[in-house]
Amino acid sequence: MSLLRIRNLTVEFATGGGQFRAVDSVDVDVGEGEILAIVGESGSGKSVSMLATMGLLPWTATITADEMSFDGQDLRRLSGRARRQIIGRDLAMIFQEPMSSLNPCFTTGFQIREALRQHTDLNSRQRQDRAVELLTMVGIPDAERRLKAFPHQLSGGMNQRVMIAMAIACRPRLLIADEPTTALDVTIQAQILDLLTGLQRDTGMGLILITHDMGVVAETAERVAVQYAGQKVEDQPVADLFATPHHPYTAALLAALPERATERRLATIPGVVPGQHDRPQGCLFSPRCQFADERCRTVPPPVQPAELGRARCHYPLHAPEVAA
Amino acid sequence: MSEPVLIAEDLGRDYEVGGGLFGKPGLVRAVTDTSFTLSPGKTLAVVGESGCGKSTLARMVTLIEEPTRGKLSIAGIPTVPENWDRLRTEVQIVFQDPYGSLNLRQRVGAILEEPLKINRRDMSAKERQEKGREMMRLVGLRPEHYDRYPHMFSGGQRQRIAVARALMLEPRLLVLDEPVSALDLSIQSQILNLLLDLQERLGLAYLFISHDLSVVRHIADDVVVMYLGRPVETGPKDEVFERPRHPYTRALLSATPRAEPGAGRRRIELKGELPSPLNVPPGCPFAPRCWKTQDVCREVRPALEGTPHPAACHFPEDEVVEAERA
Ligand SMILES: Nc1ncnc2c1ncn2[C@@H]1O[C@H](COP(=O)(O)OP(=O)(O)O)[C@@H](O)[C@H]1O
Ligand code: SF4
Ligand SMILES: [Mg+2]
Repeated sequence: MSLLRIRNLTVEFATGGGQFRAVDSVDVDVGEGEILAIVGESGSGKSVSMLATMGLLPWTATITADEMSFDGQDLRRLSGRARRQIIGRDLAMIFQEPMSSLNPCFTTGFQIREALRQHTDLNSRQRQDRAVELLTMVGIPDAERRLKAFPHQLSGGMNQRVMIAMAIACRPRLLIADEPTTALDVTIQAQILDLLTGLQRDTGMGLILITHDMGVVAETAERVAVQYAGQKVEDQPVADLFATPHHPYTAALLAALPERATERRLATIPGVVPGQHDRPQGCLFSPRCQFADERCRTVPPPVQPAELGRARCHYPLHAPEVAA
Repeated sequence: MSEPVLIAEDLGRDYEVGGGLFGKPGLVRAVTDTSFTLSPGKTLAVVGESGCGKSTLARMVTLIEEPTRGKLSIAGIPTVPENWDRLRTEVQIVFQDPYGSLNLRQRVGAILEEPLKINRRDMSAKERQEKGREMMRLVGLRPEHYDRYPHMFSGGQRQRIAVARALMLEPRLLVLDEPVSALDLSIQSQILNLLLDLQERLGLAYLFISHDLSVVRHIADDVVVMYLGRPVETGPKDEVFERPRHPYTRALLSATPRAEPGAGRRRIELKGELPSPLNVPPGCPFAPRCWKTQDVCREVRPALEGTPHPAACHFPEDEVVEAERA
């Protein structure tokens, strides 16, 4: 059964130029112990869809969905108390920018103990012990001393680990990690990814990893959802996605990877992602798609069945030949 | 072969730091003992993690800072301050973040013409504009873009504007400081192709600074791997990537995720973090994090030497790699 189940999630922002649809009819399923990667270019709605799930969007956002449930409980109808039980405890998130989510005025120790105070009944001694244990778990040496440090006294990699320590403080059942390594060097990135997947293995929690890095996806995820312009355009197990992408956008993205290049000139995707004011009529990828025809330009494509990667496309790639 | 555009010999740059309330002043060797040559039409990539000296090197090559040690010359002319004015047109830089590096209040046309206004006083307004428009065509922008402001462009197009501006004075050398790191994958390949086209057409030399090894592997001819301000390995790209000799290079390569699910590589795990540049260990700078460290590593600084390409290590990875290939 799905731990997190979202159906037909749409998020619109009221902006000076009118309503802007940042997330468009997205479905998400992630099970206990599963690693789902959400991949897509910047602005494709990865963060907004997860912030909506966490209930962390500003009032300018209008959220609609047919279903948004965690472990069977409707996330939109939670009472204040039930909400605190789940958000930040069973369902935790690591944000894209560690420095913007750690409070510069408090020591890391204070911030971790505070998270524990809000969500557990540990006493103050136990909270301190658990804080030391957590920092050690995330690979921060000399934990007691580091707990007395302020965020600006630690490196980016250290702060990212502090964030992870805070997020896992209450043993979440699902951890959402939003670009947790984008700002870090590769050797530190490797350590953080190993840490996250290790935690996931040891505790059996579910993990949603938001990233734009296909290498990170390939090495970390079990299943991958590809987003484009606010829509999920494909959803497949990781090996299948890389071997037989069904959506032309996924295929084009993979072809553009320098490491897959067969010639000096790289494959490109012409044009840019549509903006608020030039959203196409039919398929959102049609202005850039090499297979687009009149139907693509006028009729929004259906979501194909799971065997075809749930591709949102009229003409999914690698489809079995239809007998005439 | 043509003369190198850029030659660095034992180049170094120190900074005095600290001397605050309690700290005693120290000397940071941001770059040290760095030598290389770069020829027209070639790309030399400088790779390494943050703090390894990449940006300091870029600032010296682009005449923003003077070296404190060693020699640097561009087109055969030493980069001493007396020569900066005449060298200024030979070398230009493109930064990672096109937003930060463009004047947002200027129209594209004015941005492109500005270097000419400053450095080519002999040119008429009409000539400047012709040159600007020609450059826009060259980098794949449309004529109507001339009168627009940077905010009206996407990240990829802004990077085209930055490249166009850098080329206005017809430099022989471009320093590209993480030029595609801020761009999405589909745009990244457009800009890399543009850089390849321009290099072929204009014979440009690129000093390509990047932490993204898959991009470097695609675009570079030669590679310098830096660690804590010094080169630890240098050589032709294929050799360095296929037969890395320095343990740090191997660790870096093994940490770079590859877009191949189930490739099942062994990742070399590095202990600890980059030491503070104020406290570079006396022997090999990598010794505190290396898995092969012996006493000699902690005491004696290894020279950058050996074949088939030089690496600064007492126990280079030669046998390991041979064994793995066997
Ligand atoms: N508070 C907000 N108000 C208006 N637009 C927003 C807000 N937050 C995000 N957006 C817009 O929503 C779109 C999706 O953003 P985001 O989910 O952050 O993308 P991603 O995480 O995939 O890079 C972007 O165009 C972004 O500018
Ligand atoms: S629906 Fe048409 S335009 Fe859209 S991705 Fe499929 S083939 Fe391309
Ligand atoms: Mg995001």
